[in-house]
Amino acid sequence: MNKLLSIIAILGIVASLPQTSVATPEDDLKAFQEYYKLRFPEVPFNDYVNGVYALDADSRAQWEAIEDFPPYELNIEKGKEMFNKPFKNGKTYASCFKNEGIGIRQNYPYFDTKTGKVVTLEGAINACREANGEEPLGWKKGPLADISAYMAYTSRGNVFDIKIPDDPRAIDAYNKGKQFFYAKRGQLNMACADCHVYNAGNRIRADLLSPALGQLTHFPVYRSKWGELGTTQRRYGGCNEQVRAKAFKPQSEEYNNLEYFHTYMSNGLEVNGPGARK
Amino acid sequence: MSNMKRRTFLKGTLAAGAAGMAVSAGLLTPRAVLAAWPTAAFEAKTVPDALTSLMGSDKLDGSDKITIKAPDIAENGAVVPVSVETSIEGVSSISIISEKNASPLSASFKLGSGTEAFVATRIKLAKTMSVVAVVKSGDKLYSTGKEVKVTIGGCGG
Amino acid sequence: MANSIKVRAKVTGGVTTVKALISHPMETGLVKDKKTGELIPAHFIQEVTCEHNGTNVLTAWWGASISKNPYLSFRFKGGKAGDTLKLHWVDNKGESDSLETKIA
Repeated sequence: MNKLLSIIAILGIVASLPQTSVATPEDDLKAFQEYYKLRFPEVPFNDYVNGVYALDADSRAQWEAIEDFPPYELNIEKGKEMFNKPFKNGKTYASCFKNEGIGIRQNYPYFDTKTGKVVTLEGAINACREANGEEPLGWKKGPLADISAYMAYTSRGNVFDIKIPDDPRAIDAYNKGKQFFYAKRGQLNMACADCHVYNAGNRIRADLLSPALGQLTHFPVYRSKWGELGTTQRRYGGCNEQVRAKAFKPQSEEYNNLEYFHTYMSNGLEVNGPGARK
Repeated sequence: MSNMKRRTFLKGTLAAGAAGMAVSAGLLTPRAVLAAWPTAAFEAKTVPDALTSLMGSDKLDGSDKITIKAPDIAENGAVVPVSVETSIEGVSSISIISEKNASPLSASFKLGSGTEAFVATRIKLAKTMSVVAVVKSGDKLYSTGKEVKVTIGGCGG
Repeated sequence: MANSIKVRAKVTGGVTTVKALISHPMETGLVKDKKTGELIPAHFIQEVTCEHNGTNVLTAWWGASISKNPYLSFRFKGGKAGDTLKLHWVDNKGESDSLETKIA
């Protein structure tokens, strides 16, 4: 009995301590965003959504020239057409989403407490298709990316507000994503953080490294390199391969947890997808 | 005698082969499609050849009345925004030459009578080179150039 | 099917600024298909024309070194809001497309 009481007492004391030894997502977010403010004091918070273009004038000028009439406009049009086209059963994508799927990009990814898994926007789009008897679309590019582009476009200006519910499974998913982000991988033994936190703003050969803050707000992205639009997890795979690590599959738990953590770190920034990048 | 015959025979074979490859690669325009498109100019491998083929002359007068806007360092050589504007009067055409591309002539714009001497587009540059704007007014060709660096990125760019 | 041409044409102070974005692969014929190892045949727009109320204002001759999903911008005098603008392109395979729009 005494032992039990002392255990309860200890638990009670631990519970009442300020959470200095166990960082919460809110603590992480604050520290993450503070780091960049100190690192790039001249960059206004809202400009982080523009990645390297917030840091370099010459590339910004080229990007602005492209943004004047960006190639992803063709994708938004296609995406809108598909979004509005009914499934064989007569229903549309609107039936699967809050607010009929308009202006909701800023809520993804979210943690589904029913399934205990992270759901990305692309994941939700294909889930909608399958729930309505349609074949799922390819995860990395093509029609899925176009639909995602349209949905992002209708959400432009909305502020990212990723929620981490008070559910140990959600916190676990968040922590797994955070761990992925900071863990070294590949033959080049590099972590996401190596380039995008510690070396943000530095060059890797002739490329400028973008800050991880605001990094996902503009997806899906039309990359000049791809000559087409691609999704967040297409880029995750490509980036992993660049450090000579084997890419995970799109919408794998690893990438979904990563996207959950990664997007959460941009809470407070506005949706500006789809975007154009090199 | 037999040597000469053999040489001619080989030359003929090579010529037919090259032309055949070019056609299958879609490099030769079917004649019926666009009679006006200056095939030789676009296929010319040197700047003087491209200019002579397109304009009848490769004599360029440098001009400070032409503004060419292009980046100092191209973010991606596949999509380089370029614009050309000039205050020279009576401009009939503006052409863009990418001097070190395999085929230097990138584009040529023929302006209508009320059209301003300004064009903008996006071009592919194979490597660091000068992009040259050639403005035709009357019989004269004016030009200015800008060096654009094209680099190897580290992020798969 | 969505048209391959997107145009913005706006008149200010008697000058119409035209901006066009065209969906087209602009293949040079020099790139190998990663899967087959074969050269992807050249497929690029050769000519773009723009007519204002039936009169040609611009003819653009392009080579394969114009970027994929090409962009074009130019300006001309004498247009008014509501005037018709017609853009037309032809590529090296003989494929073509056009779009008629009104100046804003």
